[in-house]
Amino acid sequence: MLDTVRKSIGRQLTLTALKSKESPSQTAGPYVHIGCVPTFAGLEGMFGGVDLGSRMINKNTRGERITITGQVVDGIGVPLKDGIVEIWQADHAGLFNCSRESRGRADPYFMGWGRQPTDRNNGSFTFETIRPGQVPYSDGRLQAPHIQFWIAARGINLGLHTRMYFGDEERANQDDPVLSLIGDEHRIQTLIAAKTPRGFQFKIHLQGDQETVFFDI
Amino acid sequence: MTKYNLHCQSRYIRRDRDWHPPPLAPRYLSTTYRSPRHRPVTLDSTVADITGPVFGHDKIGPNDHDLLINYAKPGKSAVGERIMVHGRLRDENGRAISGVLIEFWQANAGGRYRHIADTYKAPLDENFGGCGRTITDEDGAYMLRTVKPGPYPWPNGGNDWRPSHIHFSLFGEGFAQRLITQMYFEGDPLIELCPIVATIRDKKAIDQLISRYDPQSTVPMDIRAYRFDITLRGRCSTPFENRLEGN
Repeated sequence: MLDTVRKSIGRQLTLTALKSKESPSQTAGPYVHIGCVPTFAGLEGMFGGVDLGSRMINKNTRGERITITGQVVDGIGVPLKDGIVEIWQADHAGLFNCSRESRGRADPYFMGWGRQPTDRNNGSFTFETIRPGQVPYSDGRLQAPHIQFWIAARGINLGLHTRMYFGDEERANQDDPVLSLIGDEHRIQTLIAAKTPRGFQFKIHLQGDQETVFFDI
Repeated sequence: MTKYNLHCQSRYIRRDRDWHPPPLAPRYLSTTYRSPRHRPVTLDSTVADITGPVFGHDKIGPNDHDLLINYAKPGKSAVGERIMVHGRLRDENGRAISGVLIEFWQANAGGRYRHIADTYKAPLDENFGGCGRTITDEDGAYMLRTVKPGPYPWPNGGNDWRPSHIHFSLFGEGFAQRLITQMYFEGDPLIELCPIVATIRDKKAIDQLISRYDPQSTVPMDIRAYRFDITLRGRCSTPFENRLEGN
């Protein structure tokens, strides 16, 4: 009997073999701003003159307002002036605004996604958003508040996923299951944004001594 | 059991990093200082990865997908070979991905981008912006209309030319599916010579990015068609797989 079940399971596995591989990635190239932030790129009036993801909050959004400023630099410290940075985060209560969020209904006034170009002169970016609530890891343990980052640019062959944690959440950071997984304190620090009078400062190093931790998610 | 299955079905299949181009590709010089040297840290999927931003149809204008006219003066159209590109967006399990955002951008018919940093000799076309977007329908199908982009030279190895290509930005349903790639055109001799194409090591993977001429979809006396299907990461297939491991 058990044998029959195993055989049937074996068939099931064969039947569910992949239909197709994921389309391979290619660099976003030097003109990604045209496609993703056309108004910023100078295409006046395109798509109503507002770039998707440029504004994340409005007066109805719940939660503590925060400003995240940052910069992306390469392995020799040169700022990336031709990239995009996207963020995806939970609302103030730790819920994602998506139909696949099964734990509750997120703040309808907070989409949770933002996109900014890196500045043409100094590679900097700014997000006006809210501090996210805590979200459980796959094993149910609560993670420290954090924001998912994704970076694409010329010279980046596959978009880079990373996370930003908050410098003023020391206790939660200490208990965070993902930071614990990294182990190395020096590498952990690359994910923690410094608290400044203006908000939070998050510098992303693509390479070098301070290379940011990137994730395979 | 139920809880375990839910968890399994919502996870994404790991990215095959030998199928994608590696971070450092010596013939593509821009990767030299922009390539991380550490291996990415592997994480279990969390709810942040299986959820993603939702873009409603209301955000998309009726001509957003039509680069022939979406930047043109009223009654005008972009200069070049009129083409449509269409296909299906599916995941690795063959499931249609409906209702998600696709963005595209490209050079004009002469190979020139409408961008401050592009100084190529080919002239700008005042009726061509070079970007568009659409949302996949219930079958995962999408379509864009444009002019065929021209090849252009770029500073890399001294005499490198990009094959005609259209950039695609894809969202999928979960943020872990986020992907940017490029589409090429069947029969283009520059594909084989291109250092950016060559960052992909497997010929079968490169072939996945080459659109096919599709005479059956050509509109007589109007526009020719190319077919380009796109695959995003799929979710872990069946609960059976995990039960087997558990036994």
